[in-house]
Amino acid sequence: MPPILSITNLAKTYAPRPPRQAAFEALKNVSLDIQRGEIFALLGPNGAGKTTLISIVCGIVTASSGKVTVDGFDNVAQYREARSRIGLVPQELHTDAFESVWKTVSFSRGLWGLPPSPAHIEKVLKDLSLWDKKDNRVMTLSGGMKRRLMIAKALAHEPNILFLDEPTAGVDVELRKDMWNLVRTLRAGGVTVILTTHYIQEAEEMADRVGVMSKGSLILVEEKAVLMQKLGGKQLALHLTSKLDAIPASLSGYKLTLAAGGTDLVYSYDTKGERTGITALLQDVAAAGIRFKDVETKESSLEEIFVSLVREPRP
Amino acid sequence: MTAMNVHAVRSIYRFEMSRWFRTVGQSVLSPVISTSLYFIVFGAAIGSLMEDIDGVAYGSFLVPGLVMLMLLTQSVSNASFGIYFPKFTGTIYEILSAPISYLEIVLGYVGGAATKSVLLGFIIMATATLFVPVEIQHPFWMLTFLILTALTFSLLGFIIGIWADGFEKLSLVPTLIITPLTFLGGSFYSIQMLPEPWQTLTLFNPVVYLISGFRWSFYGISDVGVGISFGMTLFFLGLCLAVVARIFATGYRLKS
Repeated sequence: MPPILSITNLAKTYAPRPPRQAAFEALKNVSLDIQRGEIFALLGPNGAGKTTLISIVCGIVTASSGKVTVDGFDNVAQYREARSRIGLVPQELHTDAFESVWKTVSFSRGLWGLPPSPAHIEKVLKDLSLWDKKDNRVMTLSGGMKRRLMIAKALAHEPNILFLDEPTAGVDVELRKDMWNLVRTLRAGGVTVILTTHYIQEAEEMADRVGVMSKGSLILVEEKAVLMQKLGGKQLALHLTSKLDAIPASLSGYKLTLAAGGTDLVYSYDTKGERTGITALLQDVAAAGIRFKDVETKESSLEEIFVSLVREPRP
Repeated sequence: MTAMNVHAVRSIYRFEMSRWFRTVGQSVLSPVISTSLYFIVFGAAIGSLMEDIDGVAYGSFLVPGLVMLMLLTQSVSNASFGIYFPKFTGTIYEILSAPISYLEIVLGYVGGAATKSVLLGFIIMATATLFVPVEIQHPFWMLTFLILTALTFSLLGFIIGIWADGFEKLSLVPTLIITPLTFLGGSFYSIQMLPEPWQTLTLFNPVVYLISGFRWSFYGISDVGVGISFGMTLFFLGLCLAVVARIFATGYRLKS
């Protein structure tokens, strides 16, 4: 099945604004295909180019070069067809403070060329727990409610693709979980979701695939599970019965560290390898007269993988 | 998808009208009160001392000029605020990412602003009848001038709203250019009353043609030929349309 979103060699250089700002290359030759119905998480530090990428796809920023097709439609030449399939929830809470919740959500539906549908607006507001606020002015809503309102506005026009730019920035844990559930419900309904996030946990929790951006380049795109397997180192911690002052010389061939004040012996190994060396290590530990009361293994989180990726220079 | 996103135009238009009705006190009352004050001061108090101009009593002579004065300032202020505010609050993202053509955006915003100005024009004319006798000899042309001028200056306001990157700039053009041009464009007098070289210089003021044509539709008197007035009105409309088209073609101040 062809991808629902295809980005080819996309680049963006922001024009210089003398005297304060020099030209800035925000995107460097980014290519990416998004499959229908997947949840794709775009990770990257501030200034990596995530928002620029989304803004170009949605038509807010003009690309310097490259091509974007949405469901087969060019997002410039066939912008009506392309944009009508996209819903955007921007990072900032841009709202019409003086309008009512109902009116502002209905306004979004109209902008996308759809006839009024009170039933659909009602469903969206109820799904986002905003129904009892429908007649309230937007300015009276809390930050979390405004965030949900932004999502309601994007869903008002029944998009096939939903962009969530930092959807859970500044929201509490409960609301974050509500949003994750909402995203899963949307995907179950056939919506493709692309989210940018700083929260690795969010990507780990929800995404099917993960893309990592750094300094305007897409440095990696991988299935989340494969990524974690590929790059994820593991650690084996032996909780010792008695404290060790130093690692015995007989164990110097292993990547070992002492932790918890000498009561934990931690072995780092690579899951990619055929042999992990655990069996040999445990035999050598026993031979060295070290006794342990418990064993624990720990996998690298996506966060650790991410940090190692954006820190290390690419070849 | 249809050739035109009618629902979008309607949504923007309704949004703009709803903004107007939400602030109806400020939007309607303030121009009506200031116009009434003009009539009281210039019409009733000073007007009684003034001679008729081309056979029209001074109080009545003032009506088209005052309607134009309000029409120009309100069109510019409504349209500039209408597009500037979404830029200021950031909600412009939605307009830019929606499947709307630039023409539809202009139709929605400028249509809304022009409608408000035309309605206000009628309200001011109705207010004027409370103070002075008003006659409209050419209702069709009165309406034509009213609508074309409202559209032209709403387009100008739209351009100012896009250009402005702060509230100061938003009020700069209306205060420094529109108001002086309107006051000096024959709102309160016939340009025939001016000595040379001011009479000739005044002809470089575009507002003279708008006021003159509009006044002709009321009383059949004008400072310049009505054909010239109509032609100039169309010229300014075309000029504003060309600037707006250029803005959208380049994404000036809208897209980076």
